[in-house]
Amino acid sequence: MQPAIAVRQLTKTYAEGTLGTLALRGVDLDVHTGELLMLMGPSGSGKTTLLSIMGCILTASSGSVRIAGKEITQLTEKQLPAIRLEHIGFVFQGFNLFPTLTAGENVELMLDLKGVAARSARKRTAELLDQVGLGGKRDSFPSDLSGGQKQRVAIARALAGDPGIILADEPTAALDSHTGKNVMEMMSELAHKRDRAVVIVTHDSRVLSFADRIVKIEDGAIPGTDSSPLEPVPAGILAHTFLQPTVNLA
Amino acid sequence: MPPLAQRNLFHDKVRLAVTLTGIVFAVVLIVVELGLFVGFTVTTSGLIDHSGADLWITSKNVPYVEQGVAFSDRKLNQVRAVPGVADAQKLVAHWTQWKRHDGGEDSVQIVGFNVDDAMEQPWNLVEGRVEDLKSPDAIILDELYKKKLGVTRVGEVFEIRGHRARVVGFTRGIRSFTTSPYVFTTFKNAQSYTGLREDQTFFILVKLAPGANLGQVRRELLDRVKDVEVFTTAEFSHMTRFYWMFTTGAGVAVLIAAVLGLVVGFVVVAQTIYATTMDHVREFGTLKAMGAPNSYVYKVIMKQAAISAVIGYVLGMIVSVFVVRASQEGGAAILMPMPMAVGMFFLTLAMCVGAALVSINKVTRIDPAMVFKG
Repeated sequence: MQPAIAVRQLTKTYAEGTLGTLALRGVDLDVHTGELLMLMGPSGSGKTTLLSIMGCILTASSGSVRIAGKEITQLTEKQLPAIRLEHIGFVFQGFNLFPTLTAGENVELMLDLKGVAARSARKRTAELLDQVGLGGKRDSFPSDLSGGQKQRVAIARALAGDPGIILADEPTAALDSHTGKNVMEMMSELAHKRDRAVVIVTHDSRVLSFADRIVKIEDGAIPGTDSSPLEPVPAGILAHTFLQPTVNLA
Repeated sequence: MPPLAQRNLFHDKVRLAVTLTGIVFAVVLIVVELGLFVGFTVTTSGLIDHSGADLWITSKNVPYVEQGVAFSDRKLNQVRAVPGVADAQKLVAHWTQWKRHDGGEDSVQIVGFNVDDAMEQPWNLVEGRVEDLKSPDAIILDELYKKKLGVTRVGEVFEIRGHRARVVGFTRGIRSFTTSPYVFTTFKNAQSYTGLREDQTFFILVKLAPGANLGQVRRELLDRVKDVEVFTTAEFSHMTRFYWMFTTGAGVAVLIAAVLGLVVGFVVVAQTIYATTMDHVREFGTLKAMGAPNSYVYKVIMKQAAISAVIGYVLGMIVSVFVVRASQEGGAAILMPMPMAVGMFFLTLAMCVGAALVSINKVTRIDPAMVFKG
């Protein structure tokens, strides 16, 4: 089975005046459907750059990136939004909700981008908010929600496009440990019960137990690896040690 | 589509107030400057435009209506003899001196016409009748200049160039660009007031017979009546406007002010709309990261601009109407004819959309990767 994301010999150089800064140096990585992969590394190691390229937000300097089997490095900037819209859902550290829209409208916005008719979008939004446990918060504005609730709305929004890949940048960094675990359980559910390929960039050691695989990146490279797992963790084993109830995303 | 544009506008009331204040300021500024310009042009040629004549006959080399040169009134019969001329009347339009009760003097412009004829009658009468001018020494003037001329009511008697003048009525809104008020009276009185000889006139106004060819009648008049010039009303109006506008330079100043009003208005709107868009730049970045094509983002920004334009226009016009009305009592006329009011709507829309295009240019360059920067 082809990986959801396949990265080969990926490099990224940021131009800085006449010189360039090498942010990624020949990275190889596969992410599979149904897998929750955590990308770790110190600040400036290149993990967010790698996430951005896998998310079709940044373009690579060289190498190959395949999303759902489609090579994206040859695509123009105008073609990339369509790939993002079809295949990728984002969850951000700062939630990035639209503060002027309600929780429901934030989710509907994604459905609108996908071209879903208004009536169907409303119905689907209600389902998604129910799935993340926020059925009663549909008309609340982000400013009236807690951090964890905001992140759950963001997850519902990411899921609204029905993407095969979820990319999350420090999704628990702004949350307390209790809420963070809750969010991670959802991410785990997405990978294991809904067959999404989930990639999470994190510094948060509290959430490592949820990972199926942890990939460390240092100085723009994944040390001593090809695309094989660095520190494989059996799916769900450590996750079960948490006492929080699992949120049903099915 | 979720109401992102509306919410972006209305969510932050302070920002909304700032945005609308900017647009309203621009609308009022442009209305005032353009209105002054329109008022200027309309005022300079008002006497000609309201004459009801088809042709104006003047002596040679008369550049504008206030600069008429007297010529023999025997030409009136020659004019009336030309085929196609239905009516021809003598007209005086000339400066003279008005003496107030306190002994002070002011310059006025006498307009002397045939009271029994429809041409060049005073318009917008608010007190008295044109027929009242048939009584001896009767005059009609505009209520705007009551204070300037020391007039308080109908029936008061003054002196014009040493001759008795009795106020029998008032008009409203007949301004004089030169600040010398128009004083309407009979042709005969006007001769006395201006010192014009009995056998002379300053202008002859011509009304054509129905179906008569304007160009042909004009050529006939030039052939048969010597030492005069014949202008259509539109031509003479244009000549007068042009003189005051460009020869004196006064109009150029008003024109420049109007253009500056447009430029400043656009800059204010551009800055306001730009700031409103930039307030939400992170959200536009998120939209792009989510996969929204640029066209989707543009639609949101354009909608924001259009809504701002409509509300700003409505509020701006309310303020402008008050300003225009207030100006009717003052020395400078600010006019806002309907085409200008309608045009202002499209101008406001264009300014807001144009300003949005400037900010779109910036939004286009948003790096979607900004969404990863906490």
